[in-house]
Amino acid sequence: MGGSGSRLSKELLAEYQDLTFLTKQEILLSVYVVLAPHLVDDEQQARSGNEHTGRPIAENTDSSPLSTRAHRRFCELLPQEQRSVESSLRAQVPFEQILSLPELKANPFKERICRVFSTSPAKDSLSFEDFLDLLSVFSDTATPDIKSHYAFRIFDFDDDGTLNREDLSRLVNCLTGEGEDTRLSASEMKQLIDNILEESDIDRDGTINLSEFQHVISRSPDFASSFKIVL
Amino acid sequence: MAQPLAFILDVPETPGDQGRDLSPYDESEVHDSFQQLIQEQSQCTAQEGLELQQREREVTGSSQQTLWRPEGTQSTATLRILASMPSRTIGRSRGAIISQYYNRTVQLRRRSSRPLLGNFVHSARPSLRLYDLELDPTAREEEEKQSLLVKELQSLAVAQRDHMLRGMPLSLAEKRSLREKSRTPRGKWRGQPGSGGVCSCCGRLRYACVLALHSLGLVLLSALQALMPWRYALKRIGGQFGSSVLSYFLFLKTLLAFNALLLLLLVAFIMGPQVAFPPALPGPAPVCTGLELLTGAGCFTHTVMYYGHYSNATLNQPCGSPLDGSQCTPRVGGLPYNMPLAYLSTVGVSFFITCITLVYSMAHSFGESYRVGSTSGIHAITVFCSWDYKVTQKRASRLQQDNIRTRLKELLAEWQLRHSPRSVCGRLRQAAVLGLVWLLCLGTALGCAVAVHVFSEFMIQSPEAVGQEAALLVLPLVVGLLNLGAPYLCRVLAALEPHDSPVLEVYVAICRNLILKLAILGTLCYHWLGRRVGVLQGQCWEDFVGQELYRFLVMDFVLMLLDTLFGELVWRIISEKKLKRRRKPEFDIARNVLELIYGQTLTWLGVLFSPLLPAVQIIKLLLVFYVKKTSLLANCQAPRRPWLASHMSTVFLTLLCFPAFLGAAVFLCYAVWQVKPSSTCGPFRTLDTMYEAGRVWVRHLEAAGPRVSWLPWVHRYLGENTFFVFLVSALLLAVIYLNIQVVRGQRKVICLLKEQISNEGEDKIFLINKLHSIYERKEREERSRVGTTEEAAAPPALLTDEQDA
Repeated sequence: MGGSGSRLSKELLAEYQDLTFLTKQEILLSVYVVLAPHLVDDEQQARSGNEHTGRPIAENTDSSPLSTRAHRRFCELLPQEQRSVESSLRAQVPFEQILSLPELKANPFKERICRVFSTSPAKDSLSFEDFLDLLSVFSDTATPDIKSHYAFRIFDFDDDGTLNREDLSRLVNCLTGEGEDTRLSASEMKQLIDNILEESDIDRDGTINLSEFQHVISRSPDFASSFKIVL
Repeated sequence: MAQPLAFILDVPETPGDQGRDLSPYDESEVHDSFQQLIQEQSQCTAQEGLELQQREREVTGSSQQTLWRPEGTQSTATLRILASMPSRTIGRSRGAIISQYYNRTVQLRRRSSRPLLGNFVHSARPSLRLYDLELDPTAREEEEKQSLLVKELQSLAVAQRDHMLRGMPLSLAEKRSLREKSRTPRGKWRGQPGSGGVCSCCGRLRYACVLALHSLGLVLLSALQALMPWRYALKRIGGQFGSSVLSYFLFLKTLLAFNALLLLLLVAFIMGPQVAFPPALPGPAPVCTGLELLTGAGCFTHTVMYYGHYSNATLNQPCGSPLDGSQCTPRVGGLPYNMPLAYLSTVGVSFFITCITLVYSMAHSFGESYRVGSTSGIHAITVFCSWDYKVTQKRASRLQQDNIRTRLKELLAEWQLRHSPRSVCGRLRQAAVLGLVWLLCLGTALGCAVAVHVFSEFMIQSPEAVGQEAALLVLPLVVGLLNLGAPYLCRVLAALEPHDSPVLEVYVAICRNLILKLAILGTLCYHWLGRRVGVLQGQCWEDFVGQELYRFLVMDFVLMLLDTLFGELVWRIISEKKLKRRRKPEFDIARNVLELIYGQTLTWLGVLFSPLLPAVQIIKLLLVFYVKKTSLLANCQAPRRPWLASHMSTVFLTLLCFPAFLGAAVFLCYAVWQVKPSSTCGPFRTLDTMYEAGRVWVRHLEAAGPRVSWLPWVHRYLGENTFFVFLVSALLLAVIYLNIQVVRGQRKVICLLKEQISNEGEDKIFLINKLHSIYERKEREERSRVGTTEEAAAPPALLTDEQDA
């Protein structure tokens, strides 16, 4: 990574490595994924519309030269005043671009994920660091604690700090599909939510708070392996 | 849920509530203190921005249906208090997160000599010291908390601080600023008097060591990941089929690792020396015809592939003839390499290492997948944890939604069924069908075993079959066909029986399949060690058994290919073209994994007789990976049944350990201790049993001098004496028993704590309702007095203070 063209300074990279659960390769790769895909379009290297054959980069994850090169090219193409990576990394990427990433495209929670991780005031775009945060939480090595914290925030659709019946029914609808014919019937939904609250609402206040949620999650060994996005 | 809700709804509206004198909250007093606080707080909250107002409205809108009956404006104040309770703010507010982590850091510092707390917070409710009277943390207070946190972080070691920061659910920018602030100049850090003196220093050191090891592990892991050739393939499988099918391929990878380890040891200590000092061949090498690839006989016979090729001499030593190698005195020129001893100990050590690794990974997997109380709360777990975020394909995502919907509907139906139990007659019929199907399946297994036995006896008796090579392939073919066909039969039978739980169904299918495979393998083992040894007097029976295992392995692979071709490809084409069905055949994970376990058992059985068998198995597994992957992507779809991936991988590891590995180990132990090795070939040709090699060596050592006399002593008292074995097993049993008791005690504590939590919850509801009724009355009074309603903000901390006091 120490080449002259690489502008992602070593200190910054080290800091990112220290503060996230990502490896160096993953950070470089996400630089590429967030900021550079349109540049590669020019090179006719980009992923095609096809869902699986079009990811040349995923096959080359182990060879960082590609992502390094991508970042270098990205920096070359930026206007002179934005050459410094610090400023280019602060650029906000709109949700549409993030949502069209193949890793998120099929996910019913994609909007919620973006909203939870967005730090911009209008909650409509992700900065590069936000994206790193997202990947860090969904990475292999993130602790179950932090994973369940963010899962709770993703499921908390109205951002009020607890999962109430409304949140739960929206969550179930996301899981079963939003369509008229795919969602559960009203009585089934009511029964299901009653059961969920019965099982997990320990203090009986009618909602599930973070600790109750984490208590449920701690009983499911599969959670940590399924709450994962492989870049 | 229904009961407490009724309780909640009732209390505020009971008219008698107002005149209850027994209540510890004296009405006027509470009223007064509330009013004071309300006035203070309303000034505070008046300055707060739009966000709060919006949140308040959201809260009002959403919670009204759940907890409280919509009662207009009166309940908003109470709801606002509810929304700002610590247990709820922790999920959204930055200040609450900061103070939670402040508390954790303090805890960490206080007992830094102890290990870190578990991964999960015991309670997300931070201590109330930091929750001064506030509704939502204002910027100033947040600043204060942050500085407190920074101060705490400064007192930690750098690595520890980074570790803490990494685990905080804050955004990266905030983490960076925290880190920037908590960075201290080195001198100052040194000068600071440690809070706990030497002890904390020790703790810090240990912590740093643990962290260093951890980061080393991470580096190794990432290096491994970079080297991993199947990353993309696995990602694709996971993206298209989810964790369940992925677990099959991960299991395959685990097996590959086990075989690689085994092969490494065998090549380094048995094959390498033997190749370096090749013995004289007994005759000209036979010409290869191509059929050997299937039979493993012919030109393969006198190679390093099989036991018979290995010499019984001490290598690396100028000795006379290789036959009386055991008489060579050791320590004459260079390091002696006693081949029989090396052969025996390498196989033994590699089995021991495999055993340790297996047991370790099994224990680890158990710890991961079985948690106390994991059986309850199935609805909540299904809803919260069943989405697989790895899935990247639209189609797969829709399929997953379908599966989850079916699963939820099944769960609800099951739940209703449990609440309306079935009639006695129905239960009896179910039990009868269950018993019948079990009987039929066991009968099938027994029939297969008998068929194998009869057929193998026939093979021994028919003299014309011995000469032809192709005839050798008949027994493996028959066994392979039985192995392939019987599970299908069991599956058809299983379709008859009604099962309440789909998970149980999977377990039952695995169990039956396993019994079948065990019966067949047990018969074969008897056939090899009990019958063949006697029949092949004067020949090298070890070579024959090694070849037989090779043939079984190859035939297993061939039949698996055919099964993939016909069971998946052809079936898919038929069901698409002829039956016009849209569903592709499902990938049967359990059966496929059991086939892998069967193949691995064959490999372990054959290690002693054919040291290169792990290499064959590695090649086979590599091919299987690609064949199965291709077939899966083209022909199959994810299974409809819910699949608890981690539970299942634990079960598979257990099966790999318990019947498979242990069975192979018992087989080999019997062969080593009890069976006389053939006298014409192999490293043990002059000995009575293979274990004699060890005894001979010990006797040599005894003769060599007093310097190593402890070794024979160890051998005599620990190896030969049964008392030591008894002692070890008794200790082991004691440890297991103690562990069971500890778990039982912990379970009791969990029950008590749960009870306490629910009591506290009831207290909370009681207090909330009290507060609610007071508000209601106050508002009513005010309305009657002034006429205009003023929205008053509410003090949350008062409530929580009282509650926790």
